[in-house]
Amino acid sequence: MNTRPSLVALTLERARLENVEFVRSRDQMIFIFSFPIIFMVLFGAIFGGQELAFGVTFPQYLLAGLIASGILNTGFQSLGIAIAIDRDNGVLKRLRGTPLPPAAYFGGKVLHVLFVSAVQVALLIAMGVAFYGVSLPTGLDPWLTFAWVFLLGVTGSTLLGIAVSSLPSSGRAASAIITPMVLYLQFTSGVFFVFTQLPGFLQTVAEFFPLKWLAQGMRSVFLPEDFAQAEARMSYELTTGALVLAAWVVVGFILALVTFRWQKRGDS
Amino acid sequence: MGNAIEVAELVKTYGELHAVNGLDLEIEEGHIFALLGPNGAGKSTTVEILEGFRKRTSGHVSVLGADPEKAGRAWREKLGIVLQSTAVSSLLTVRESVTHMAHLYPHPREVDEVIDAVGLTEKADAKAMSMSGGQQRRLEVALAVVGRPELVFLDEPTTGFDPDVRRAFWKLIRSIKDDGSTIVLTTHYLDEADYLADKVAIIAQGAKVAEDTPAGLRGRAGEAVVRWRDASGAHEKRTTTPTAFARTLLAKHKGEVPDLEISRPSLEDVYLDLTDLRTEEDS
Repeated sequence: MNTRPSLVALTLERARLENVEFVRSRDQMIFIFSFPIIFMVLFGAIFGGQELAFGVTFPQYLLAGLIASGILNTGFQSLGIAIAIDRDNGVLKRLRGTPLPPAAYFGGKVLHVLFVSAVQVALLIAMGVAFYGVSLPTGLDPWLTFAWVFLLGVTGSTLLGIAVSSLPSSGRAASAIITPMVLYLQFTSGVFFVFTQLPGFLQTVAEFFPLKWLAQGMRSVFLPEDFAQAEARMSYELTTGALVLAAWVVVGFILALVTFRWQKRGDS
Repeated sequence: MGNAIEVAELVKTYGELHAVNGLDLEIEEGHIFALLGPNGAGKSTTVEILEGFRKRTSGHVSVLGADPEKAGRAWREKLGIVLQSTAVSSLLTVRESVTHMAHLYPHPREVDEVIDAVGLTEKADAKAMSMSGGQQRRLEVALAVVGRPELVFLDEPTTGFDPDVRRAFWKLIRSIKDDGSTIVLTTHYLDEADYLADKVAIIAQGAKVAEDTPAGLRGRAGEAVVRWRDASGAHEKRTTTPTAFARTLLAKHKGEVPDLEISRPSLEDVYLDLTDLRTEEDS
């Protein structure tokens, strides 16, 4: 006779199944992994070897931004849309009807997002090193920075993705509602364009949102220390970045808890 | 045997609409209990209240000794649920899905046995997404029973099935009952309730209009119908004494009575009478 399974075992099993489903949904997998690479190649070609400052070229600047926005794409956009569709199809309701602890469901989602983001970041870094003259940071400090920026980013994005999934009225509407939010942030947070070259009011708005700080944190890891002089306040502002990202984790956690619904609107 | 489910004066309103309007139910352990009624009668609303998916407006509900609105994981471990009109369209295979579900329960059934019981052994390694609607529905039943539930809810499980698939499905439901589970079934198919249920409650406009065994319900309308034809056209006579009536009819006719037919009311006639009556009373 079996006994009641542990939360850890169930969380890991959920994560494994989410990964299996992701790999089998080939279209989605190819889209998610190729999207940032296409942007890298495209914008890299358009803005070519333009040097921004301190020997940093635009493609190198873009690479750091794409790593940051890849986290938001996976955790916030893809996850938010996927959960909205799961809710619409009754998948969530079905899970709610089983003894599966909600924490195992959410934990599985977070681990799945971590897995996808890690693969995506690895692909981008490999591209940067191979084609765009990015050199990997040496020493422990930059990698520690990378680790906390990455983890805060993934956690916050995932929680916000869970929260935003309740916003669209149906699974079909999810993409139309969630995608523009991410696009807006990508254009105004120093991903596709150099942050300091944007109009001031756009910069100000972007500073309230996580992507700007994620991108800036990633630049501190992959761009030379000197380049900090070219940032808005002549610093990578890692402390401020950590505070803003942590604040969004808290906001995301509260929003996810308050707004999450297992069932479609009106189904209660 | 005790009762698996007890419901008293259950009310569920949506604004002005009384979806469930003072329903009482007692469902005995080990029975197949059918909630029968037309679309919109409040069957699914009732079942989803029993499953803990919907909150009731008022009334008393006890499912396996607990209030579904407050029950937790231990209660869910004793339940198997097949929701209305959903299908498992996952990229996981049948075996992966059933195995995962088995892991959620403390005393699950053998995975391969369950897959075999629902007739999906040949599809065990197929992705649910690639299967037919009927096969997906059977997978849902497998997912609902693999945890060895004491109580199984089946909400319109055979809607949209081919007749032969429905027959096979009914046998499956019977076998689940034989394993000791209580089954609550909602359906708008009379033959389904007739074939499967130990007891049937007929629901119309949110309230119970009758509750009996299928045979008892059939016996309710005591009148038989005699139909025949003569020179003036077709006739129909409802009577509690069809034999006596037929005798006089035969005496009046020389030779064959054209189109003579004597029929006992079917469950359908009783059902239509009961659900009709209700509509008239309310209007």
